[in-house]
Amino acid sequence: MKQTITINPPGITEEQIRSLKRGDMVSISGIILTGRDTAHKYIKDNFLHEEIPEAERETYEGLKKFLQGGILFHVGPVVLHDSNGQPYITAAGPTTSIREEPYEYDVIKHFGVRAVIGKGGMGEKTLSACKEFGAVYLHAIGGAAAYTAKSIRKVHGNFKPEFGTPEAFWILEIENLECVVTMDAHGESLHADILQSSNNAAKELIGGIH
Amino acid sequence: MEEQKNSSLAEPWHRKEMFEPLHGKAESRIDAILLLIREASTNLPGDVISSLSVQKTKESDGSQAQRALGIILENIEMAYDAKTPICQDTGTNIFHVHYPIGTSTITLRNEITQAVRRATELGYLRPNSVDSITGKNSGDNTGIGLPSLYFHEWENEHLEIKLMLKGGGCENVGTQYALPDSRLGAGRDLAGVKKVVLDAVLQAQGKGCSPGILGVGIGGDRVSGALLAKEQLFRKLEDQSPDPMLAEAEAEMLEKSNQLGIGPMGFGGATTLLSVKMAKMHRIPASYFVSTSYMCWASRRKTLVFNNDNTYIIE
Repeated sequence: MKQTITINPPGITEEQIRSLKRGDMVSISGIILTGRDTAHKYIKDNFLHEEIPEAERETYEGLKKFLQGGILFHVGPVVLHDSNGQPYITAAGPTTSIREEPYEYDVIKHFGVRAVIGKGGMGEKTLSACKEFGAVYLHAIGGAAAYTAKSIRKVHGNFKPEFGTPEAFWILEIENLECVVTMDAHGESLHADILQSSNNAAKELIGGIH
Repeated sequence: MEEQKNSSLAEPWHRKEMFEPLHGKAESRIDAILLLIREASTNLPGDVISSLSVQKTKESDGSQAQRALGIILENIEMAYDAKTPICQDTGTNIFHVHYPIGTSTITLRNEITQAVRRATELGYLRPNSVDSITGKNSGDNTGIGLPSLYFHEWENEHLEIKLMLKGGGCENVGTQYALPDSRLGAGRDLAGVKKVVLDAVLQAQGKGCSPGILGVGIGGDRVSGALLAKEQLFRKLEDQSPDPMLAEAEAEMLEKSNQLGIGPMGFGGATTLLSVKMAKMHRIPASYFVSTSYMCWASRRKTLVFNNDNTYIIE
């Protein structure tokens, strides 16, 4: 197996991302931000126009700090609180990323996000954003919630708790979270390749059923 | 070579206690239901663990497919030890209840709802119920139509509650076909059924958290066929359809699905599905539906048997 490459968000450089190739293993240590369906819609509705609504400016600046050169993790964690009221996470596997396909191009472009973590891969529009702006898609293991939560060292609060636990933007300090690069900044996508090869196999198999 | 395969990463089948049914005497029915939820969320059925372990040895050494199955097995063991959810998406909580004559379903509904609230507080379940229009999360997994409850009266004296936790990733790749389907050249016969079943697996790719289990309901109407498909996911992996034609089709569809090469997580590989489960029901002549329900590898299903003296078995 190939050597694992370490990346430390936020503050990931474009050069570092462009050096990654489809199939590479990365180990992430640093601060990342979570966001899924409600988060993406919220970003689109509020921040992708000319004027940022005054009421949302503080959140905008907060998000920017972690997303610029940072990593957005598609996940809706299970969050509990200890006796001091400090949140901690017991389960945090990736959620299906393709639901964010209509939004991700603009999110990557606007904030300069360098990597998205999720599962199942994303489509052509996101792949083109990866190529144009220098970003990668990182695949974690879907459903491996306890395993992934083990890499979360600390929860540093959240933005938009009113979205509910799964949908809020959580600020996570992580250590050695291992992922596979399945979509790189050179237009290569493992998901597109598997789709094509399985399509070819299916044509033959379906044609052979009488 | 063989030795290396067997020693790599976690092998939960050395943990015999994970495979044993849980039994005891509960203070109340609610307590037993709470245990049922905990077991479903944190301990995967033994047949699924075994199947995942076997499939890991069938993926090529050093492949992403094998690595993924290794992490999945390690995760299963971690969740069992920590009593935390195997998957953070604790899904739709689907309860199929068989109750003895004279038991109140109103009371059962209240008790199951209370147990679900308590399980959410304890972190066995993620707060997963949102208003469909406003998006507001109820915070406790209850809401209009949730938890999802199906009641059936029976002549036995004990209560049986089957629970399935069905995550969104796999639920979203479920489908329904109306035969004939000209795109696939699928006619109104078993061959046509097989063609659309294979297409359903192809369309799902790795998005339903493969390797998965495919439930297929043949016939019925749009509602009953979909329910039949989902009910198949309660069956153990080794279980075969009592109908010889369907049993044969199940085996054939499993083999052909795995020839698609989608593999664990869609990384490519030999294991796209762990099992195919098919069932049929009558239909009206004008309709020929084939419904599919995809279950992710985290196939969380447990059954509680609860007796009048408060003794219980969960497996």
